[in-house]
Amino acid sequence: MSPLLELRGVEKSFGAVQVLRGVDLSVRAGRVTALVGDNGAGKSTLVKGMAGIHLFDSGDYLFEGEPVKVTNPKDAAALGIEVVYQDLALCDNLDVVHNMFLGREMKRLRLVDEDTMEQRARETLDGLSVRTLKSVRTPVASLSGGQRQTVAIARAVLWNSKLVVLDEPTAALGVAQTEQVLRLVRRLADNGLGVLLISHNLNDVFEVADDIAVLYLGRMVGQIDAASTTRGRVVEAITTGVVPEGGAA
Amino acid sequence: MSADVDDRPVADPSSPDPMPDNSLGGIVRAYLAKLKGGEVGSLPAVLGLVALVVVFSALRPEQFTNSFNFANLIGQSAGVTVLAMGLVFVLLLGEIDLSAGFAGGTCAGVLGVFLTRQEWPLLPALLAALISGAVIGLLIGLLVARLGIPSFVVTLAAFLGLQGVLLSMIGEGGTIPYRNDFINGLNNSNLPVWLGWALAVVCIVGYAATTYVADARRRAKNLTVQPVLLWALKAGLLTVVVLAVVGYLSVERSRNPALTSLKGVPVSLLVIVGLLIVLTFMLTRTAWGRHVYAVGGNAEAARRAGINVFRVRLSCFVLCSTMAAVAGIMIASRTNSVNPNTGGETTLLYAVGAAVIGGTSLFGGKGRVIDAVIGGTVVAVIDNGMGLLDQPQGTVWMVTGLVLLVAASVDALSRRRASATGHV
Repeated sequence: MSPLLELRGVEKSFGAVQVLRGVDLSVRAGRVTALVGDNGAGKSTLVKGMAGIHLFDSGDYLFEGEPVKVTNPKDAAALGIEVVYQDLALCDNLDVVHNMFLGREMKRLRLVDEDTMEQRARETLDGLSVRTLKSVRTPVASLSGGQRQTVAIARAVLWNSKLVVLDEPTAALGVAQTEQVLRLVRRLADNGLGVLLISHNLNDVFEVADDIAVLYLGRMVGQIDAASTTRGRVVEAITTGVVPEGGAA
Repeated sequence: MSADVDDRPVADPSSPDPMPDNSLGGIVRAYLAKLKGGEVGSLPAVLGLVALVVVFSALRPEQFTNSFNFANLIGQSAGVTVLAMGLVFVLLLGEIDLSAGFAGGTCAGVLGVFLTRQEWPLLPALLAALISGAVIGLLIGLLVARLGIPSFVVTLAAFLGLQGVLLSMIGEGGTIPYRNDFINGLNNSNLPVWLGWALAVVCIVGYAATTYVADARRRAKNLTVQPVLLWALKAGLLTVVVLAVVGYLSVERSRNPALTSLKGVPVSLLVIVGLLIVLTFMLTRTAWGRHVYAVGGNAEAARRAGINVFRVRLSCFVLCSTMAAVAGIMIASRTNSVNPNTGGETTLLYAVGAAVIGGTSLFGGKGRVIDAVIGGTVVAVIDNGMGLLDQPQGTVWMVTGLVLLVAASVDALSRRRASATGHV
C-alpha cells in the first residue's frame, strides 16, 4: 500500500541558507509517524512546506500516491491535511463549538446553524472518545491546556481530514494532560488517519509513535521503526546525524 | 479504555453535558458562579442605573420621575446611544473610532445641504448622508486595516479633519435648518399610543415565542439549552420592563394638554430598539458576526482559520461610521438643525463611555450591542439628573468622568479576575 503522504528529495532554501537538503518522508494511514530533530534541523520548515505555507524549491510531493501541488494552506486543506500549530490558534473569547467551526461555520438560510454545528462538534468529540469537556458551550479561555489541545485536534479532524500534523502538542502540558493528549493522538491513528507528530520529547514519541523520522541539519537521517529501536539510538541519530547499526527501517 | 485523566471531575460519559440544575436555586448559583468568574456583563451598569435613578428620584421626586422628563431623557440619549451601538463593533476589534462624533455631524450636515439648500427630496438626501458615513468609514478602515496605522491616530486625524469639513460646509457661526417633518420627527415626535402598545406586544410575543421555539428544538435534539425557568424569568422581565416603559410613555405628559397633547412612545425609542434588534441579529446569527468576535479575540487565529481579517476590520469601520451618520441625524433632528458643533463636544466621549459602561471591553472580543443602550441610558440619566439638581456643567462632567472610570476599572478588574479563574 502506498503511503498517505510521501515527500521525495525535498529541498528548501531561504536565501543563502539551505534548510532542507533532499528530505524523504512518508506517512502512512493508521500510523503515528514522529518527526524528531534538534532545534534548527528543519522540522518546522518541512511542516510548513507540507501545509502550503512555504513552497518547496524542488522535490516530489505525493498524496495518496498521486503527485500534487500544494501552494497555499487551502490546497493542503482540500487534500485533507490539517495542521495543529503549537500555539493552537484558538479564540479564547469563543466557545468550543465556535472555535471548532472557526472560519468554516455551517449555515442554514445564510445564518449560522448553531444546532447542527453543536451536534457535529459533539459527535466528533465522542468519536475521539473525548470525555473531558463538560460542555461544548464553555468559552475556550476557561479550559485547561490539555482540553484546549483536545479542541484544536478535534477541529483538525472535523473535516474528514486524512492527515493530521501536530506541532509539539504536549510541550506546555503537565503529566496527566500529556497522557490524555497522547491517548487522543493514538486514537486518531487507530481511527485510520495518518498522524505526523512533531516532538522534542522522546518519552512521548516512544509512547505513541509507530515510526520515527529523524532530521539532522536539513537531511533526513532515516525513518526508523519505533518497535525495533531504542531511545539511545534515536538520541544518537538526532545529535550525530547517523543511524547506529541495526536501527534503520 | 480507562477514563481520561483530567484536572477536573469528569461528568457521566453517557451525558456529556451534565444535567443542569433547573431549579431557581440552580439558576441563581450558576449566575453567581459566572459573576465570580469575572463575567459581570452589564450587571454593574444596570445596578449603577438603578442606584442613579433612586438617588435622583429621592432628590428631585417631582422633576426627575415625571413622564415628561422620562421621554425627554430618551430623546437626549438617542444620539449618543446610536453612536455607541456603532462603536461597539469597532471596540469589539480592540480598535477605537474617535472621529465618530464629527462623522455624524458631517453626515447630518450633508443631509442639511442636500435637503435644505439643494432642496432634494428626502430619500436621496438621506441616502447621500448615509453613504457619506459609509465612505468615511471605508477610508478610515482602509488606512487602519490595509496600511496598519493605529486606529487611534487615524481617527484622531479624522476627528480634526471632519470637524473642519463640517465647519466649512456650514460656515462659521451658521446653522442649516431642517424643514422636513420626517427628519425632525425622528427625535421629536411620538408614536400614536395604540401603535406603541401594539409594538410592545409584538416585541414581547416575538421574543418569547422565538426563544421558546428555539429552546424546544434544541431540547429535542439533546443540545445545551437554558432551563425553561430561566427562559420564563427572562421573558417575564422583558414583559415587565417593556410594559412599564410603554405604559409610562402613554400617559399624557404635556403641561397644557388642551393646547398640545404629548403622549406615546417617542419615535427615537423605536429607532433605538429597531437598530438594537437588527445589529444584535447581525452580530450573533451571521458568520460575519462570529468573525468579528474571532478577530477581536485572536486575529492571528482568525487569519489561520481562513477568515478574511482585512474585510472584517473594514466592514466594522464602515458600519461604525454609517451608524454615526444615523446618530448625527438623530442629534440634529432634536434641534431641527445642524451647526458646526453637531456631534462635537462631549458626544463622542459620551458614546465611548456608554459602550464601556455597558460592559463592552476596550481590549476587544467582548461586548454586545445592548451594552451601548444600557450604558447610553446611564450617561443620559447622569446628565439629565445632574441638570435637574441645578449642578453646574463642571460637576456633571466630573461625575460622568468618575462613572466612566469606575466602569473601566470594573472591566479591567473583571478581566483580571477572569484570567485568574480561566474565564474570558
